[in-house]
Amino acid sequence: MTRVLERLLTSALLVGVLFAAGAAAPQRASVHAEELLVSRAEVGVRGGQLVISQRGEPKTLNPLFSVDSVSGEILKNTIADLVHINRETQRTEAALAKAWTASADGRRYTLTLRQGVRFSDGDPFDADDVVFSFRAQLDEKTRAPQRDLLTIAGQPIAVRKIDQYTVQFDLPEARAAAERLFDSVAILPRHLLERFYTEGRLAEAWGLSTPASQIAGLGPFRFKEYVPGERVVLERNPYYWKADRSGTRLPYLDRLVFIPVPSDDAQTIRFQSGEADIASRMTAASFDTLAKSGQSAPYTLVDLGAGLDYSFLFFNLNDLGSSKLPDTARRQAWFRQDAFRQAVSLAIDRQAIVRLVYRGHATPIWGHVPPGNKLWINRSIPQPARSLERARQLLKSAGFVSRTDGTLADERGERVEFSIVTNTGNSERMQMATIIQDDLRQLGITVNVVTLELRALIDRLTKTHDYDACVLGLGNADGSPNTEMNVWLSSGATHLWHPQQTQPSTPWEAEIDTLMRRQLATLDPAARKRLYDRVQELVAQHLPFIFLVSPNVLVGADRGLGNFRPAILDHHTLWNVEELFWRQKRSSGAP
Amino acid sequence: MTAASRRVRAWVVLLILLNTSVLFAGFIAPYPANQQNRITPFAPPTRLHFVEPAGQFHLRPFVYTIVSQSGTLDEYEEDRSRFYPVRFMVRGAPYTIAGFAADLHLFGVEEPARLFLFGSDQFGRDVFSRLLFGAQISLVAGLLAAGLAVALGIVGGGLAGFYGGWTDDAVMRIAELFLALPWLYLLLAVRSALPLHIDPARAFLLLVTVIGLVGWARPARLIRGMVLSAKRRDHVLAARAFGATDMYLLRRHVLPQTADIILTQLTILIPRYILAEVTLSFFGLGVTEPVPSWGNMLAAVQRYDVMTSYWWMFLPGIALTPVFLLYYALANALHEHTAFSSP
Repeated sequence: MTRVLERLLTSALLVGVLFAAGAAAPQRASVHAEELLVSRAEVGVRGGQLVISQRGEPKTLNPLFSVDSVSGEILKNTIADLVHINRETQRTEAALAKAWTASADGRRYTLTLRQGVRFSDGDPFDADDVVFSFRAQLDEKTRAPQRDLLTIAGQPIAVRKIDQYTVQFDLPEARAAAERLFDSVAILPRHLLERFYTEGRLAEAWGLSTPASQIAGLGPFRFKEYVPGERVVLERNPYYWKADRSGTRLPYLDRLVFIPVPSDDAQTIRFQSGEADIASRMTAASFDTLAKSGQSAPYTLVDLGAGLDYSFLFFNLNDLGSSKLPDTARRQAWFRQDAFRQAVSLAIDRQAIVRLVYRGHATPIWGHVPPGNKLWINRSIPQPARSLERARQLLKSAGFVSRTDGTLADERGERVEFSIVTNTGNSERMQMATIIQDDLRQLGITVNVVTLELRALIDRLTKTHDYDACVLGLGNADGSPNTEMNVWLSSGATHLWHPQQTQPSTPWEAEIDTLMRRQLATLDPAARKRLYDRVQELVAQHLPFIFLVSPNVLVGADRGLGNFRPAILDHHTLWNVEELFWRQKRSSGAP
Repeated sequence: MTAASRRVRAWVVLLILLNTSVLFAGFIAPYPANQQNRITPFAPPTRLHFVEPAGQFHLRPFVYTIVSQSGTLDEYEEDRSRFYPVRFMVRGAPYTIAGFAADLHLFGVEEPARLFLFGSDQFGRDVFSRLLFGAQISLVAGLLAAGLAVALGIVGGGLAGFYGGWTDDAVMRIAELFLALPWLYLLLAVRSALPLHIDPARAFLLLVTVIGLVGWARPARLIRGMVLSAKRRDHVLAARAFGATDMYLLRRHVLPQTADIILTQLTILIPRYILAEVTLSFFGLGVTEPVPSWGNMLAAVQRYDVMTSYWWMFLPGIALTPVFLLYYALANALHEHTAFSSP
């Protein structure tokens, strides 16, 4: 996997508030008094199945409690939200709510629901299900991981039923384009789950052994079977609320089959041999290996360009006090200097990383908003070219001395040496660390590269703070600054270089805190952009993260798959799963 | 001299040659092990030419520079506008052998050309040079670890066999415990207990120590058996009757009888421990980048793209074969030698 903290951050990254004010009005069609949403995609043909390989097996079938990416990837196909962010246009569009209005002060949202919609077990859907879903998720006793997303300034959103097809939401504070909050919040069947909720056992509902008949949702597919170690099968939801232009009800596919394939390489081989139909998040190496087959291959490969992920190196700036880590505390005297971090940044050969590690499928970056995020990137962030000379000057002016044997020493005469940790099983990060190691050697800095199992690494970063520097990556689910509050607020859990501070420890961190909070409550899109631009400037200037590259999003699919329109946003390939169909399928065996 | 002892001598000479050449890695290798050439990743082995495009023949081989084709990472073309003859005894990057600094290399070509005899790796480092420097780690690790294991085996087995009784019981039970120990997990545990900041030299010593410590049980059992039978021989009993001390008996009469078996054990254990080092470094538990070892060089082949596209990355694995064959041949010859010469 190319991203580390993503799993931890899923909750933080799901919310998004962008300034896409209005959404395109959905076309309406009335079939049997049902208000179906008509898809504008190419009209396809019914039938067939899609096989998708995943890194592991699901932990739950309960969308409220899925925090791991594997369960999430499966369950996304079984749920629907009120307002949806179109992964292709990155704008909001109507989903279960066919229309909505916001009050002038931006605090009250009134949503009109689609009529005649049914859950995948045939039961009708109405405002009671919406109210139940939100109540259940906002109830502290439920302990739903998404609860944080639906609270603003510490208070939950209030939800109220107006009539059978109208719901009203009250926000504790104004938020720009808050309809983005509704994206990916699953609407659950009250008739199946209320019993669990009143008994306080919602977390136990819909485990992996639950029979398919007791699970229902509003997504294009519904759960059929789970064979441990082998597969999860979803079947077509016959009551789905979208249709194509010719009036055929979506989805086209009969089944989705998810198979666990533990390594990137094994996934590539499965895809190459036709045992899996879709490849998401391929590594550059796999992508190039498959691309060697050229035009004759039975699959298409798409390089979507710069994505929203970014990798970076950062130093341990935690307040270690008089703790049990005297060595690290001593080295922090270097890490804390802006000049030291700037020198390291100047010495890193980002072009080499792009070329050697990502085989050209990445973009070098100097700030935290990657070029894939066209709406928010501050293009005036300086992009200084690699210069060992300037790096040496910076170090010299900061009091570091180059000794006769070529090594670098600080004012006290101590040799500059530290270790970079990264997680095992991520060969790209390992390679980046090796390149940085060699780059810094040329400044006289000795770097040891250490790999740790992901869990042990996270533990060191967030709890024991026993590390010097780390190479890691972060992703942003929809590109908006709100999803990154956790990273940039000094009190945030993902403020990796010094998480969960009670008081910002530097003036620039205090300024970023203020700016991030202000942009959250600013309704004017241009003003928000200006605030976030300033955040990007501060980050690029002080370099708490030393940015490396933003990898491209690399995906592939069988050539016969229709409506395959991969997107930069997550989930890159299955976001329009209801529209996917088979023109023709290559004959090799699916399980 | 018997045929068996001639064979022993032949294999020993070959092994000494192999290990010395590894010692002189800095001299034989044209480049430092961690010198990256970022414009030539995964370059195939450099072709040695004898004939110019015009048709002129040179006795001295020469090479061309390579340029990657635009848009690709690993497809190269030779730039035939200028050729670079291979020179011997050239000045190049500095290195040290046993503390002595030098910069003379056995062979090399003029910059900017590169002579990658065995191709280059992901960072454009010369695989041939890394193979030689890696051998310093892998082969020496085998030697040291086997030496440690056998030395501990002599002490443990010698004591157990000579004194018998509860000493024997205690040592042999501990030996059995070590035989049952899963050393891979032991090493994992030891590594995780150590600080992150561990330099390659210490990682190497740790590796050798753990492999050696875990491996002493098998030689100890063998040596105990030999000592048991040796101490009951008539001349030993006679010496004891004359008042010889335990230490004298062990040194003068008992342990010398185990010399053959110790040598055979060593030759069997060395390749086994070389393999142990390679395995551990392959899994990232041994010596870490950028210091090469055959194991961490082979680790690159775990990647599907490397495995399918760059055959020369397998060379550290292939290099193990002749080393193993040499050691096993020596073990065989030693065994025969012992069999014929023992009474």
